Amino acid sequence: MEYVATIGLETHVQLKTASKIWCGCANVYGSRPNTDVCPVCLGYPGSLPVLNREAVKLTVMTGLMLGCEISRYSKWDRKSYFYPDMPKNYQISQYDMPLCLGGQVEIDVDGAKRAVRLTRIHLEEDVGKSTHFERSSGVDFNRAGTPLMEIVTEPDMSSAEEAFAYLQALKRILLYGGVSDCNLEQGNMRCDINVSVRPADTDKLGTKAEIKNMNTFKGVFRALKYEIERQKKVLSEGGEIRQETRRWDDDAGVTSAMRSKEYAHDYRYFPDPDLMPVVLTEEQIHSWEESLPELPAARRARILSEYGIPEYDAGVIVADKAVADYYETVARLSGNAKAASNWIMTEMMRALSEAGIEITSTKISPDALADLIKLIDGNAINMTGAKEVFNVLFSEGGDPKKIVEERGLAQVSDSSELESVVRRVIDENPKSVEDYKAGKKVALQFMMGQVMRITKGKANPQVVVPLLKQILDA
Amino acid sequence: MNAKYSESAEHIDVRYVAHLARLHLDDAEVEQFQGQLDDILDYIKKLQELDVEGIEPTAHAIPIENVLREDVTRPSLEHEKAMKNAPAERNREFIVPKILE
Ligand SMILES: [Zn+2]
Repeated sequence: MEYVATIGLETHVQLKTASKIWCGCANVYGSRPNTDVCPVCLGYPGSLPVLNREAVKLTVMTGLMLGCEISRYSKWDRKSYFYPDMPKNYQISQYDMPLCLGGQVEIDVDGAKRAVRLTRIHLEEDVGKSTHFERSSGVDFNRAGTPLMEIVTEPDMSSAEEAFAYLQALKRILLYGGVSDCNLEQGNMRCDINVSVRPADTDKLGTKAEIKNMNTFKGVFRALKYEIERQKKVLSEGGEIRQETRRWDDDAGVTSAMRSKEYAHDYRYFPDPDLMPVVLTEEQIHSWEESLPELPAARRARILSEYGIPEYDAGVIVADKAVADYYETVARLSGNAKAASNWIMTEMMRALSEAGIEITSTKISPDALADLIKLIDGNAINMTGAKEVFNVLFSEGGDPKKIVEERGLAQVSDSSELESVVRRVIDENPKSVEDYKAGKKVALQFMMGQVMRITKGKANPQVVVPLLKQILDA
Repeated sequence: MNAKYSESAEHIDVRYVAHLARLHLDDAEVEQFQGQLDDILDYIKKLQELDVEGIEPTAHAIPIENVLREDVTRPSLEHEKAMKNAPAERNREFIVPKILE
């Protein structure tokens, strides 16, 4: 029997504010445990939360970027929660009146474009971080009170590929908007998955499993691949799916049922008496809308007209804000927009993916890449040499001119210097000369290759080819 | 185990609520609180006598909104002070009984 999967995602995104959501403690990553804490984020009795305006602004900006309806009136609720990483024993969140409703994220899976609909975006506080030991747990409250936006999709995706594309598209937009650093290693984006499977010939959704606390996109992809197959197998063998929370074991590559928490869903939400509602005016929302940075579609159009590169290149470049920023700097500094996009889309992307890093952590500064392009355009170095310089720059950084000097990569364009090499190649390869005279083009290429080999790749092809022809045709 | 949620406007399931609050109550306490909570509910029920026709529901009694602060940091507690009420402490962390999921 054919089965179809239905997937919904709840993505938690830490917002890029200076201070926490309810108190003035710094919202930073990596401090020593329990450094950025105060009576409010430690949940001391008698302490009172005061809402950070910036957290509201960033959530509303996100809603505007994703086409949500922005609530004119929203409020705060307490969600009962009994873990030591939340000392108040409740998490302040938004239950029935969140800041943003609806909206969508455009995704593209192998060229098939569609929109994943959003249910809502609400704002809440992050909890502390527990570390589990043999007999006890240690809690660090630095993270407690970090403004956390929860973006909830409709059950609108049907494959691991779509879920992966959704997360990537969402991250791209959040980065463009500057609302979060979206650093997954630092837990800026975490995700809960809801997934069910049903026979293709029925409409009624199957029983769903929830997979909690995913912190990599790759993990979401793999967990979904596994879980969808697991559910299909259970159903095809006549079994039933239990509604449960499952955990993804990244090393073993499997999901397993967590010991079910009794009454797990009785959060007993009620309005937080300490926090007043947020009422937003048209003017306020409009002024935040004005402050939105250039989004991918607009940037793509501008880059196309400003730099005149092919549409395909522009699409690849704007896909990642950091890449687009890098590209524009290189294009401007080098004065060669097409060379800039070629280098970034081929050598740079390849090297980045091999090294498994983002463009923001590369050792090649945009200035250095622009200088390298200028060296090529000025005939100071040929492509073979340039690629070597690029690899050195990528692994060590530095100044391209110096690398060219140190490694003796400067292109030889002096025809008198090259002539002796060309004559030697002609003398040593009578067969090729014969072939060339018989009209075989590839013979010329072979001899050209020999010149490059002898000069260790430094000969300027634009000098060598005419020189070869001139001597051969004489 | 799975005590069904069985509350209504007239009745609070004390055992269930106690469980949610992670409180252990003995039988005598359950009986005592059941009576007290029922009395409180009866009292609250007086509100039902009010005519609320045309009145918007609200979560707050006072009409204040948008109590916001600017996004500026302020000094946090000194670490030593922050740890003063820790039940136990190790490597700058609060040490608590192991939490099983
Ligand atoms: Zn604090």
